[in-house]
Amino acid sequence: MMVILLSAMLTDNFVLSKFMGICPFLGVSKKLDSASGMGLAVTFVMICASAVTYPIHYGLLVPNGLEYLDTVVFILVIALFVQLVEMILKKCIPSLYKSLGVYLPLITTNCAVLGAAVLNIDNEYTFVQSIVNSIGAGLGFMLALVIFSGVRRKMEYADIPETFKGVPATLIAASIVSVSFMGFSGLFS
Amino acid sequence: MADKKKGLGWEFVKGIVKENPVLVTLLGMCPTLAVTTQASNGIGMGLATTFVLLGSNIVVSLLRNVIPDKVRIPSFIVIIASFVTLIGFLLEGFMPSLYDSLGIYLTLITVNCIIFGRAEMFASKNKVLPSILDALGMGIGFTLALFIMGSVREILGSGQWFGISIPGISSNPMLIFIMPAGGFFALGVIIAAVNKITNRKPPEELSCGGGCKGCPNSAECGGKAGDEN
Repeated sequence: MMVILLSAMLTDNFVLSKFMGICPFLGVSKKLDSASGMGLAVTFVMICASAVTYPIHYGLLVPNGLEYLDTVVFILVIALFVQLVEMILKKCIPSLYKSLGVYLPLITTNCAVLGAAVLNIDNEYTFVQSIVNSIGAGLGFMLALVIFSGVRRKMEYADIPETFKGVPATLIAASIVSVSFMGFSGLFS
Repeated sequence: MADKKKGLGWEFVKGIVKENPVLVTLLGMCPTLAVTTQASNGIGMGLATTFVLLGSNIVVSLLRNVIPDKVRIPSFIVIIASFVTLIGFLLEGFMPSLYDSLGIYLTLITVNCIIFGRAEMFASKNKVLPSILDALGMGIGFTLALFIMGSVREILGSGQWFGISIPGISSNPMLIFIMPAGGFFALGVIIAAVNKITNRKPPEELSCGGGCKGCPNSAECGGKAGDEN
């Protein structure tokens, strides 16, 4: 169990080694608080989505021989869930809703969430393993975002050649962060 | 926004160079980085995406007067997901090796912002023929970008190109280029090169990373980056 958690978090980090969720990774990692807010929101939706898609896949689709509808059903579940989370937070925890507000709808198009749901099925995890995997993936996503926001703060003061300003420099910085995460590879076999 | 002056040819060409989805408008970064360890994978991913893009653009364009505005986002997603399922079956049946090497990223075409972006920005507002040309242009532009990325990474990272070994590099390849870190690096350098060639000013950074044209949430932030048109 710990192996799944840690490997989803570190060795198979969704952002830095599987390239999922690059858009929010590049987008909201400028400030530390928005990075951690986005990380929390994604982790939460990821756990909920995995918890819902798992019984749907094994309880509803497999017995009826409809596994090929996975993609269609999963993406709808995620979209519904994001909407639901938004409504619940708005009603019950308005302060959290305010701090996450803008990032919540963005999660639907975050491929890390769909990726986690599909990977759970592909790897034939049990229900508990799926949840643990999603927690690890979400925390890993948050970790990458938070670390990278620190790197970007330093980059603001760097003297970057004109053509490399903006996205290219950010990508190259991401590549260096990714190299550091390669240090974790081989930690679990 | 069909540009009346520039005609149908423009709808086709703009996606390849002027509005190249990956290198200029920076959409669809995830598959760009993930599957381009080989040039052939890049082409395969590009063509699969083109197929989905073409199908979804045609259907969205045909149904543009039927789908109510309020439920258009879920409707588009379902249309796109159906085509992704279809291409998954086709590849599994006819090209199993490509199916295996694309793996989970084939499913993730569903959430590729390029497809959603074109459905939202173009197909839902235009007739079928311009939508087809738009899809083909964008698809070819995407394929081309993936092909360039794949070539760079395959040549430098494994000393091969389409399986043909390149003398001088193949004995001592820079393995880092086929690893994730090399992907970020290669894309950064390629975008910088494109910026240099086209003499484009670095885009003003937005909190969401820009690319509002393809962003379903552009209505909420005002879509500031969509002013390229």
